[in-house]
Formats: sequence, structure tokens, C-alpha cells
Amino acid sequence: MLPAVLPGVGAVTQLLAVLAVSALLVVPVGRLLHGVFTGARHTAPERLTYRLLRVNPAEPMDWRRYALTLVLCNLVMLLVSYALIRLQPWLPWNPAGLAAQTPELAWNTAVSFMTNTNWQAYSGEQSLSYFSQMAVLTTFMFTSAATGFAAAAAFMRGLAGTNGAQLGNFWVDLTRIVYRVFLPLSFAVALILIWQGVPQTLNATVTAQTLQGETQRIALGPVASLESIKHLGTNGGGFFGMNAAHPFENPTPLTNALHVLCMLLLPTSLTYAFGRLLANRRQGWVIFGAMFTLFAVSLGALLLAEQGGNPVLGAAGADQSVTATQAGGNMEGKEVRFGVAQTALFAATTTAATTGSVNAMHDSLTPLGGLVTLVQMMLNSVFGGKGVGLINFTQYLILSVFLAGLMVGRTPEFLGKKIEAREVKLVMLAVLAHPLSILGFTALAVTLPAALGSLNNPGAHGFTEVLYAYTSATANNGSAFAGLNANTPFYNLTTGLAMLTGRYLTLLPMLAVAGLLAAKTRVPAGSGTLRTDTALFGGLTVAVLLIVGALTFLPALTLGPVTDHLQMLKGAVQ
Amino acid sequence: MSAGVRAAPLPPASRPPEPPASGDRKPGIFAPPLLRAALVASVRKLSPRAQARNPVMFVVYVGTFVTLLLTAQAAAQGRPWAYELTVTALLALTVLLANFAEGLAEARGKAQAASLRSAREDVTARRLTDGREETVPGALLRRGDLIVAESGDLIPADGEIVEGLASVDESAITGESAPVIREAGTDHSGVTGGTRVLSDRIVVRVTSGAGESFLDRMIALVEGASRQKTPNEIALGILLSGLTLVFLLATVTLYPFTAYAGAPAAPVTLVALLVCLIPTTIGGLLPAIGIAGMDRALQANVIAGSGKAVEVAGDVDVLLLDKTGTITVGNRLATDFRPLPGVDPADLMRAALLSSLQDPTPEGRSIVALARERGVNAPEPAGAEFVEFSAQTRMSGVDFVTPAGPVSIRKGAGSRVADLARERGAAVPPELTGITDAMARGGATPLVVIENSRLLGAVALSDVIKPGIRDRFEQLRRMGLRTVMITGDNPLTAAAIAREAGVDSFLAEATPEDKLAMIREEQRGGRLVAMMGDGTNDAPALAQADVGLAMNSGTQAAREAGNMVDLDSDPTKLLEIIEIGKGLLITRGALTTFSVANDVAKYFAILPALFVTAYPDLGALNVMRLHSPASAVLSAVIFNALIIPALVPLALRGVPYRPMSASSLLGRNLLVYGLGGLLLPFVAIKVTDLLITPLF
Repeated sequence: MLPAVLPGVGAVTQLLAVLAVSALLVVPVGRLLHGVFTGARHTAPERLTYRLLRVNPAEPMDWRRYALTLVLCNLVMLLVSYALIRLQPWLPWNPAGLAAQTPELAWNTAVSFMTNTNWQAYSGEQSLSYFSQMAVLTTFMFTSAATGFAAAAAFMRGLAGTNGAQLGNFWVDLTRIVYRVFLPLSFAVALILIWQGVPQTLNATVTAQTLQGETQRIALGPVASLESIKHLGTNGGGFFGMNAAHPFENPTPLTNALHVLCMLLLPTSLTYAFGRLLANRRQGWVIFGAMFTLFAVSLGALLLAEQGGNPVLGAAGADQSVTATQAGGNMEGKEVRFGVAQTALFAATTTAATTGSVNAMHDSLTPLGGLVTLVQMMLNSVFGGKGVGLINFTQYLILSVFLAGLMVGRTPEFLGKKIEAREVKLVMLAVLAHPLSILGFTALAVTLPAALGSLNNPGAHGFTEVLYAYTSATANNGSAFAGLNANTPFYNLTTGLAMLTGRYLTLLPMLAVAGLLAAKTRVPAGSGTLRTDTALFGGLTVAVLLIVGALTFLPALTLGPVTDHLQMLKGAVQ
Repeated sequence: MSAGVRAAPLPPASRPPEPPASGDRKPGIFAPPLLRAALVASVRKLSPRAQARNPVMFVVYVGTFVTLLLTAQAAAQGRPWAYELTVTALLALTVLLANFAEGLAEARGKAQAASLRSAREDVTARRLTDGREETVPGALLRRGDLIVAESGDLIPADGEIVEGLASVDESAITGESAPVIREAGTDHSGVTGGTRVLSDRIVVRVTSGAGESFLDRMIALVEGASRQKTPNEIALGILLSGLTLVFLLATVTLYPFTAYAGAPAAPVTLVALLVCLIPTTIGGLLPAIGIAGMDRALQANVIAGSGKAVEVAGDVDVLLLDKTGTITVGNRLATDFRPLPGVDPADLMRAALLSSLQDPTPEGRSIVALARERGVNAPEPAGAEFVEFSAQTRMSGVDFVTPAGPVSIRKGAGSRVADLARERGAAVPPELTGITDAMARGGATPLVVIENSRLLGAVALSDVIKPGIRDRFEQLRRMGLRTVMITGDNPLTAAAIAREAGVDSFLAEATPEDKLAMIREEQRGGRLVAMMGDGTNDAPALAQADVGLAMNSGTQAAREAGNMVDLDSDPTKLLEIIEIGKGLLITRGALTTFSVANDVAKYFAILPALFVTAYPDLGALNVMRLHSPASAVLSAVIFNALIIPALVPLALRGVPYRPMSASSLLGRNLLVYGLGGLLLPFVAIKVTDLLITPLF
């Protein structure tokens, strides 16, 4: 069913180059992360922070304490942000005199940034004051991403089982990730972005005379600094409404590639850090390999789908072929400076790493291209964002271990620990979270007349828009398919709930799994034990991921993008 | 620990006539009586209580009622209802077939147990009360009662001999027709109900009253209602329930999704889709697999105390094996005479011969045979007094008087005989240690011979390694198991035998305490340990081991400490048990994988059928080119139902375990059950569709 038009050599070379650079960065950055997760020394700013927070960095936490601290910390941040957004008319730095967001919208915004979703049901400049943007959004860009990595660090330590039932200290993890990873990396990346022409200024706007003789006010701001953490932390909330399609956020193909590299940087390197923590680097590479394969296949499918073009546009007279002067393909909703290849790469990356920023409108992707982005978010473990991807992937590793472990004639063991009823229960709870939230809320939305009023398109495409909204929210991605008016009380409330379900109903059970496994005696490996660090096992995990994780959504996908695609082939326009 | 010498079979002349065959031990899977019992069970298990034990099948059960209601509704509204009724019937069939699989496994297990039990029904017992003997029905016996059994009597209950010695025919239980000796106060003091005393008279203390013997416990383990799920079965059950919930979500939400698309999916088809997607194949067969595992243990003449014990056997990492009987044939044989310098070899041989003439042990007899073979012969001296081997002296020998004076010959362990030599005022030549050490290094046990105050040399007693045992250990190593040989021998001898037999390590001069300590040490390292034992002093180690297999011939203490009893008292049985445990787990994993992999084809069969009304374009997904939406759904449901009985033989016999590394085993099973499970339903559903097409 895939279109037969192949992308040009130049397009493929670009993508391979970006993937190669990304792969080369895995080891050095993985080492850095490993050092952050295991180092014994605290730096001076860190010690100062602990003193200010009045926490004891030496306090060991078991999974219960760690999870409780994480949840309470997030809860306090949620309440404070909600209060700040609601109180913005009475707070400083609100030159435009913007009113407070409605309670539902404020709830949605606060949850969205706390869960690292960065779903924006509003338009930033018309709804949030500078103070709200800085105090809420920008702070969360660091802390929510760091929360995810802290959870991942605790999770990995638990699986490594190096410290008994103790998973580390939440405050130390959070602080170190911000100070040692995000701040220095964001600074460096921001400098490159500035070199490429991304604005970094405190001046608000420039006024320009257009060729038609009209006056245009061009918005500026400290864009570069926001862009760097937006992608490093796989946050995704843009400075401008157009997000990374805006020339000031993403001016050149080089910045586009840099954004992609930033999104992949930490999620890919985390697999290597995991391998080191386990003292089994093969294991890290097998996980990386499985994720990378899924990513490469997704990217390839997305590229082919977009390169194939849209027959409806073709029929209308658009030339979508690859020629010496154009890269061809479906250019609807894409930026000319990126073309099909760089757009496909960005779309595949932003949904794989659950960033949510976009450099093209996903609503205008071909139906199959849109399907790829949906599937990646539904799995939420093809690298995945901020540590959560690795945690989600582990669900499927454990499921695979259960099936495969039995098939070698032993009760299942993962990393030397027996997988028993309690762990299976928690893993299944986490596995249930995605279908429960995505399918449940979508079903609700297509049933309630109030919710259906938000749809701009009928039929399969409209269905895809709703499905995409809840998938994006549940996967804490935050990208919007557009075409859906999500700023209604119904959507604000339900997408908020979806974001919470997607984040905490996977993260907390899996943290518990790590805690339970950490407390178990290690079974020494022998030739009779199942090895999880082999290509065979990696392949099995991918199969389980596709059958258990993706097949669940096949009916919904069939009714959405697949139908859309088949109708497009017949020339029906929506 | 026992000396490891198994009760020797009686000479053929004293054997009683062959006992009636205790029934075919391995009846065909679909033997008519079993089939009848299974059919009855499949209906009887339809009660909601029985169904609720299995969440996956419970969903099918509820689904059947839902489709039945939908059929009635269609009929009441005057719409066609044949399709609805067919789906209902097929779902009901699915439930019945799952019940049937469980019922068949139960029937087989019960038949196996019943054939063992039949021997003990209507037995009368001769109970001793205050020294008086009275005849009571065997069913009235209580734990602690004393009973008398004489030649010809059936022993009415499990017990321990407190007085006397008897030869017992255990063929009803073990299938082995050679009688065995059971004797009070030895490690062979246990008797089992249903076995027959052939000679002599014994007094037995009953150790389990009616209804609590090993057999009764075993029968309970194969009966569905009282069967306790094993830990792994529970975990797998949770996994399957979780998958069921996921697929429940996927199908239930399809109704609003299709309603939005303008053509709500037929609820009957949605139920059909749900039933096809949830793991009914493994869900339906899971109880049968567990029961069949117990049944296979029973067929191997092993009675397990719990299903868990069999399951754990698959996980065992370390095997503690007694040297004698397991690795070597029971007896050591003389293989060489090594005289000290200056001693005539003939003198050594003659002394060894004389001291062994009245020695009834196989070792003693082999010394006589070897000496004679080497041309030394001597008549038994008149008035010779044989000194038996005792654990204290660790020597045996003979005393007699010749015209030259009294002669006292002793043979025994090197250190003890050297002590004796010193007591008798003789010097111990340094060469003696050289000789004995060389023998020990070669795997033999040196027996030093002394005549009066003159040390003569040593006899080498060598162990005979069982044929094929080396290959067996090689297999075990490939399976990832470590073998440890337990022996009372000295470290040098033990090392040589260990090398020759190919075990991974050994515990020499082992005491029961050493054994216990070793088990604890391995368990601290996270390893699971299996061992076999029979003596009372083995009891703590048997209890500590993760798999403790007690020999049925062993003492009551040993049998109660272990979690399994081997009716054959066969020391190599441990290996079989491990294979049964692994086979059980593999069967579960293989069928789960198969069941989950089946879903892909079922999606492609049902989804186009489900959506084609709303979006005719989705007909393109009908990759199997099935005849019509109705035929596609029915074909998938038929496949889903019939795959259960089709896999019953596999579930009951178990996926055969082949000793190989985990990686190759995984690759193999993934190919067969994963890829097979992915592809087979495409073919089967297409064929079914072709077959039922004429009906439309």
C-alpha cells in the first residue's frame, strides 16, 4: 500500500548523517549520565540548593519514599502553578493586562507543563503573562524533564540492584540533572542556535515595512534559550504558536538537524547509561538497538508516505515528483526550507521522543504519515522522552521475559531477579494505562455531542484528530494534530486527566517494580538462564511491543488514518 | 546417610506369582473412559463458580450469555438471528472445550492415582491394641496405630516398621516386580499402603491415617476444585487477565468509534472479536497444563507434595547427588593389590582373601574373586572367627589359630590400620602413604591389610561409574545445572571419581551437617538446590533443599521432610523430575506465545468484516480474501474454539524438553510457537472460510 515514489539520494543522505551523529553521541553522553546518576560528590551549587530546600542529600529512599517524594514535589508545583496562572492579573510583568485563564484551562496548562506534555490549549501570547510564561512554563521545562530522568535513574538503580532496596535520593537526582546536564547543554546549544540566527533578546518586537508598504510588528524574544531546553528536555512547548515551523525558532536545515539531535540526545544515551549501571553494556545496546530499529522503520515509513505525495493534490495539478530542482512529495503544511526529508525526520523524532514540538502541521501529513506519528506515541517507548521511554520499554522487556523465560524452562527472571505475581500485576497496570486513557477518552469524546462540536473535519479524519489529541496527551507528547478546538471545558478537563494517567499510571507502578526487584536476591546467570542481552531477545521484545502494545490500537487506527488513506487513494477530499 | 546399598532382590525361587497388572500406566490421551469422564466434567464445570476460577474463560462465559440475549432480541424483533445464534453456539462450544481440556487432564490424573489406590481398597488391618490383635477396616486406621503384617498381607496404610524385617512386594506402586527388604531401625524402614508383605512378620506404626496418605494428597492435587494454583501459574494468570482487560478496552470502545463513523458495529461481532483476541487458547489450557505436569510426575512414580514443587524443579540450579547408586553402581570392586616393599604379593593376596572369605559384602566378595583370579587360593582355616566391619573400627578381618600361633588379619581404612599397627608395636613404613595416596588419586579406595603386626600393603577398591552418566551430566551442564557429588570418600578419591564421572564439584567426607551447610550456602547465593535422600539424618537437608526428593524406601522422617517421594527409590529420578518441571514451564510459555501470536491473523479476519459497512474502502484489509463478513467472523471464532482441543495432546504430554542452552531453546521454541502461532491461523481461518462458504 506504500507509494512507490522513492526519496532522492540527498534526502536519504541527510537523514543518515543525522542518525549517525546521534548514534555517535550515545557513548559520551551516556557516560555523562552514568556519572550524574552514580557520582558520590556534590558540587557547591548543589549543596547550596539542598540547604535551601532543607533536604538531606544523603537520605536513602526506597521506592515508596522516592515515589512519594516525587508525587508530593510535583503536586506542590502543580498547585503553585495553578495559583500563579489564576492570579496573573494581580502579579507583575503583565503589560498586556491579560486576564486569568479559566479554571479548566488553568488546570490543563498546569498539568500539561508539570507532566512535560506541553500541550497548549491556548495561544501563549494571548493568554499568559510574561511572569506566567517564565515562572510556570520555563521552570517546568527544567523540572518536569528532570523529574522524568530522576525517576528513570531510580528505576535503573533498582533494576541494577546495587544498593539493596534503596533507589537513591530524589532531590539529588533532580538537582544534578538540572545543574549538570540541562543547564550546560542548553547553554551550548543556545549559542549554536544564536549563530544560526535564532533571536535571543529581551526586546519585544521589531517593526518592519513590508514590500507592500504596510507596517508589520515582528515578535522577538529570548527564543534561543527556550529552544535549547525545549528539545533537550523533550518538552515541546514553543515560543511562537507555529512552534519549530517558525523561522525564528528553526531558521535553517542545520538548526532543524540540531533540534532533532537534541531531542534524541538524552533518551538514546540513557540506554547506554543503563547498560553501564547494570554492568552489562550489551544489555544497554540491545535496548538501544531495539528502539533504534523501531525508530528507523517509523522514519522510513513516514518518509515514504510523505514522499509518495497526495494523489488528490496530484490530480489538482501539483507536481510532487522528485526532480533536480525540487525534493517532491506531499508539501502541504511543510516548510519549503525543510522539504519532505527534514520534516519526516522532525515528525518521527518529536513523536518518538515525545517532545511534541512540530516543524510542520501533522494534520497535513499524509494519513499514513500521521499513522506513524500516532503509533510511536501510542507505544511511547521508541526512545520516549525524559527517561519515561526507557521505563515504558522495560514493561515490554518484562512481558517478553515472562513469555520467553517460560519457554526456556525456568520461571521468569529479569536481570537476575525473579518476576513473580506482584511484579506482573504492576507491569500489567502500567501496560493498561495507555489503552485505558487513549481509547477510553476518545470513546467518550466521539460519544458526547458537546465534544463532537470541537471537530473541524467529519469522518475518519475528524476521528484521527480526536484520537491524536488523547494519544498526544497520554504519551505526554503535547503536539497537536490541529483541526481540533481543544480549548473547551471538556477537552481541557479530559486531556488533563489523560496526561496524568499517561505519566503517573506508568511511572509509579514501574518504580514499584524496580523497588520490589531491588529487594530480591539475585539469581546467578548460567547457560540455563535466559539471556536478555541478545539480538534474539531484542527482536522478541519488539514483536511483543508490536503485538501487545500496538495491536490494541489497530481497530482505532483502522477507523482513523487507515480509512483516511484508503479514501485519499480513491480521491475523496475531506 | 544410608550406605547407599539398595535392598537386594530376593532370589527368583522365592518370588511370588506376578501381581495383577496395576492398569496401563500410560493410557492414550483420548481413551474412551477418560473421554467420557472429561465430557461429563465439561458440562459440570459450567457453573459460574467453577468458571470464575479462570478469568479469561469467564469473559467467554459471560460473552456467551450476552450473545444469547442478542439472539433472543433479534428473534423478538423479527430480524434474522441465525448468525447471532451461530456465534452463541460457537462461544458456548469454546467454553465447553476449555472445560473438556481441564476435565480430560483431571480424568487422566485420577485414573493414574486410582490405579495406585485400587490396591488398597477394602483392606483389613490387624491392629495391635495393648498387645492384643484385632481386625479392623483399613479406613479406620489413625496415625500412630500399630499394625501387624505377615507374609501374604497387604499393608493397609503408610507407615514405618518398628519391629521386624520383611521382604515386601512394592510392584503395585513401583511396577518393579523384584521384592525389596524393609527393616526396622534402618534407613529402609518405610512401607507404603497397598504393598504386600511376602515373608516374615513386621509391626508397623501408621504414619498417615485414612485420607491423608501421600496418594490421597496427590489425588487432591490433580482434582480441579481443590487444586491450588502454583506461584507461576498465578503470575501467568494475572498477565492473561491484564491482556484480557486491554483487549476488552480495545473492543468495547469500538462501539462508540463505529457509531461515530455512522454504522455501529454489530454487538455480536464485537463479542466475537473480543473472544478471539483474549488469550483463550492458553486460558483454556492453563489448568490442564498444570494438572498434566502433576500427572507426568505421577507417571514417573514420583508423588509431589504440591504443584509448586514440580514447578520449582524447573528452576533448580544445583543438584546434590549421592555418589553411590546415582553416579556409581552401588558396589565398589577390588581392582588391584599393592604390596609394601619387601612383601611378597602372594602374602598380601592370601591375607586379603582369608579376611574376606566370610565377608558378605560385595566388596569382600570381589576381593576373594580377584585374588583367586590371580592364582592365589587358600582354604578357610578351621575355627576362623570373622570380625565384621563396624562404623567405629572401620575395619573388618578374621582371627584364627595356626600351628605357628594365632593369626589376626585386619583390613580397613589406611589411618585406622596404621593406628592398629602402632598398637601392635609395628612401625608404619613411609611407603604406605605413597601407595594409598596413589590409589586415592586414581579414584579407588585403599584398604590396608595387616597380618598380626606386619603391614602387607593395600587393596584398591574402585567405584564403577554408571554407564552413560557422563553424557547425562554433560546434558545437565548444557541446561545450566551444576552437579555436586556427595560422598563419604576422602577428597582424593572423590576428586578422581568426580573427574571420571564429569560432575562439576564434590563434597568429600560429607556428613549430613556438611550437606545442610552446603545447601544453605548455595541458597544464599540465590541458587535453587535439589537433592535426594533416604536416611533420617538426611531429613534436615531434604527439608532445606528447594526440591527434596525422598526415596520411598527411606525412613518416615526423610519422606516427610522432602517435598516429593520417589516410589521407585531410584537415585537418578531427580534428573527426570527436573525435566518434568522444565517441560511444564515450557508448555505454558509456548502456548501463551502461540495464543498471543494468533491475534494478528484474527485481527485481519475480523476488522474488515466489522468496519466494511461504515467504510467500504476497508475491504482492502481483507488480505485473506474471506468470503463475507459473516463467514470471516465465524471462521475466526471456529478456529479459536477448535484450536483448544487441537492443542490438548500438546498440553497434556507437554512440550518435550531437550537439554540445550537457554538461547538455542528459546530460538527453537520461538520459531515453532511464535512464528507458527503467527502464520498458522492465517491458513486455518482461510481453510475454514472455504469450508463454510457453501453455507452462505
